[in-house]
Amino acid sequence: MNALDEAIVRATQAGLPLVAEPWRAVAQACGMPESQLFARIEAMLHDGRIRRIGAVPNHYALGYTANAMSVWDVADDAVDALGAQVGALAFVTHCYRRPRRLPEWRYNLFAMVHGRSRADTDAHVAQIRALLEPALRAADVLYSTRILKKTGMRLA
Amino acid sequence: MDELERAVINRLQGGFPLCARPFAAAARELGTDEATLIAKLEAMLDAGTLTRFGPMYDAERLGGAFTLCAMSVPAADFERVTALVNAHPEVAHNYERAHRYNMWFVIAAAARAQIAPLLATLEAETGYPVLNLPREQEYFIELRLVA
Repeated sequence: MNALDEAIVRATQAGLPLVAEPWRAVAQACGMPESQLFARIEAMLHDGRIRRIGAVPNHYALGYTANAMSVWDVADDAVDALGAQVGALAFVTHCYRRPRRLPEWRYNLFAMVHGRSRADTDAHVAQIRALLEPALRAADVLYSTRILKKTGMRLA
Repeated sequence: MDELERAVINRLQGGFPLCARPFAAAARELGTDEATLIAKLEAMLDAGTLTRFGPMYDAERLGGAFTLCAMSVPAADFERVTALVNAHPEVAHNYERAHRYNMWFVIAAAARAQIAPLLATLEAETGYPVLNLPREQEYFIELRLVA
């Protein structure tokens, strides 16, 4: 990442200034014209370094308090096609393929599921199970019981 | 939650425009005006309904190296291991989960080459093996949480 992009990340990773012309303020802080800032941000949106620009809601404040990590052992030849369908579900906020570590860990698909109650979340997990069924060999659901550490991932 | 708050959550999680007066443009889309939208976002941030407003970065694509790790730790030893694991600044978050693998944490390092030595250090310090589960593929997330 070049120095200009790094300056933009540093200036915006905690949020945009809530003023009428926020981009102009960011451009000034980064020492570049607004047109150049727009071009750099467009490039970062295009290559995925920026996922999106907007409001980042707090799950808990929205009442999504029953959050589970569901893990699935899905046949290798089917996992990418099915993973894309799981990732498209509205209640799934993260969906990844990860390596198996046999014999200790057999699950290759991870989906974070958010619900407003345990029953809600269990119903969501059942929906994923139905979707994966043809290629599913095993599954498990891990509810979090305590946050042991939470620090944002920020550039220092 | 009022109508504008709901609209912010449901329609402004992405697509904030790159233009001179983006709040004015976004406000028109949501059927309000610039000053009202800015005041509403301030209030939602203060209340904790929103954690942030701005670009959401993919930390991994910015150039760091990340992995998800799991450990199976006996209950009697859990607090000691938590302290040892959390003491490393590369451990970004750590959750206790109800499972045989009861400790799950994310490592964020500047470079991929730093991860293996760090995992070896954690195993030596704690005396327990660490499952290293880096993401191999992300499945695109189109829709977000709704209010």
